[in-house]
Amino acid sequence: MRTQCKPSQFIANSMQKVPPSGIRKFFDLVSDSEDVITLGVGEPDYVTPWHIREACIHSIEHGETSYTSNYGLMELREELSKHYTRRHNVYYEPETEILVTTGVSEGLDLAIRAIVNPGDEVIVVQPSYVAYVPSIIFAGGVPVTLGARPENDFKITADEIRAAITNKTKAVIINYPNNPTGATMDRSDLEAIADVIVEHDILMISDEVYERLTYEGTHTCFSSLEGMRDRTILLNGFSKAYAMTGFRMAYALAPKEIIDAMMLIHQYTMLCAPITAQVGAIEALRNGEEEVEKMAREYNRRRKLIVGGLNKIGLDCFNPRGAFYAFPAISSTGLSADEFAERLLNEYKVVTIPGNIFGDTGDGFLRCAYAASREDIKEALERIGNFVDGL
Amino acid sequence: MDEQTRNILDILEDDARTSSEEIATLTGMTADEVSRKIEQLEKAKIIRKYKTIIDWDLAGDDYVYAIIELKISLERKLGYQAIAERLYKFPEVRSVRLLSGENDIAMTVRGKSMKRVAFFVAEKIATQEQVQSTSTHFVLKTYKEDGVILDEPEQVKKLVVSP
Repeated sequence: MRTQCKPSQFIANSMQKVPPSGIRKFFDLVSDSEDVITLGVGEPDYVTPWHIREACIHSIEHGETSYTSNYGLMELREELSKHYTRRHNVYYEPETEILVTTGVSEGLDLAIRAIVNPGDEVIVVQPSYVAYVPSIIFAGGVPVTLGARPENDFKITADEIRAAITNKTKAVIINYPNNPTGATMDRSDLEAIADVIVEHDILMISDEVYERLTYEGTHTCFSSLEGMRDRTILLNGFSKAYAMTGFRMAYALAPKEIIDAMMLIHQYTMLCAPITAQVGAIEALRNGEEEVEKMAREYNRRRKLIVGGLNKIGLDCFNPRGAFYAFPAISSTGLSADEFAERLLNEYKVVTIPGNIFGDTGDGFLRCAYAASREDIKEALERIGNFVDGL
Repeated sequence: MDEQTRNILDILEDDARTSSEEIATLTGMTADEVSRKIEQLEKAKIIRKYKTIIDWDLAGDDYVYAIIELKISLERKLGYQAIAERLYKFPEVRSVRLLSGENDIAMTVRGKSMKRVAFFVAEKIATQEQVQSTSTHFVLKTYKEDGVILDEPEQVKKLVVSP
């Protein structure tokens, strides 16, 4: 008889360094509850605009079902290049400096694997999206987390970044407008950071997927800053702006040499992004502006509804200028973010996400996504109010 | 148009019953400011009327709707305005539009039965001096009315938690 094995013995050591996503736990808690209102999703409640869906259907009907260039459809890269010239006055060569990826998640993974040698440090500004740290670990790098402070409106400062840099630092990852805080950066904040990037001769990975959801001030694309084009890997996608999360459609913009390196991985692991989604993305860029603005206007109203409501309840809520998250402080209730979110779900059936999942400085805060209908937001506020009153 | 006016119009066009207090919450204005602004918009006739979209089929009181296209012969000095005015005064006529192309005017007419609508068109519309010809299309089903889809399919289920 052959000897038995333990499947766990085959798992790579590096996997043990990555804890399972804290969000998973909430997912399991929720899945069997009824009458649940969710402020827990990081995606638009809108369905993808019909003209985009229709373009995809048409493309399938006409038999566009093949692979595309590894880089993505040329037509799409040309549209992206024009889009960045028009909106941000920064030029990327469609042939060599644009890579269409399967979600920003893939772009992030490629970016990190393309630049990180074992032992290299990558600074991750937090609170932020949960994938940054694991991606660095998977690549054999060392994540150095750096907490943006609530008293600074969750903006990271150039000095804070400077202090975290060592001779092993390869890159910094920032994400503004920010998930989960809704914080944005002014041009002057970013200019100061750009100086540090040059000073220490490192790279910036800027995840700007919430760019189009900026309600106050204007978004500054990091690579559009003087001297930053060749020091930036810019990640962006269609999920949030065009309500296209399930299409997994995104792109990386970077100098040719870096795109070449990312391409090496992409061509062997992904080959290309799905053609149907790419066709949808072309349609989105060409004819989607009106819908983007309409959705952003509605998110902005909901933002005022939820921020005002949370403050009224007594949960001090900083003014989020972008994305679709409110990030109220709940420490005044005496509960930890985990306890608050778990009890709110169990007792009042409202899903929110504890801020500590996104980084240490998110502890004591709660992520409330307002990409939900106004009715749901009002009902959720009512329930949160009752919960807080009963504490 | 300034941003706040656009906000108010957007919100009211979607739901005319939204209160000034709620609009204030959604826009960051005060309720008084919202009320004053709405009053101005009403006075300026930018806001014309608040009405309700009713699915009369569901209500069990089935009206018959028809789209009537008209060819008009224009008389000297009398433009389309004159005939439009004669047409829109009939309460049966729900909308009147001047068109480009083959026909000149399209109207929506509502009546209690096909017979009544047909007689109305024959007696009141076709007999107008300037009306050269009419063509009547009865509405069999309304799928979308004034931006509102009346037979909405089931909502797709989405995740309740995601990063």
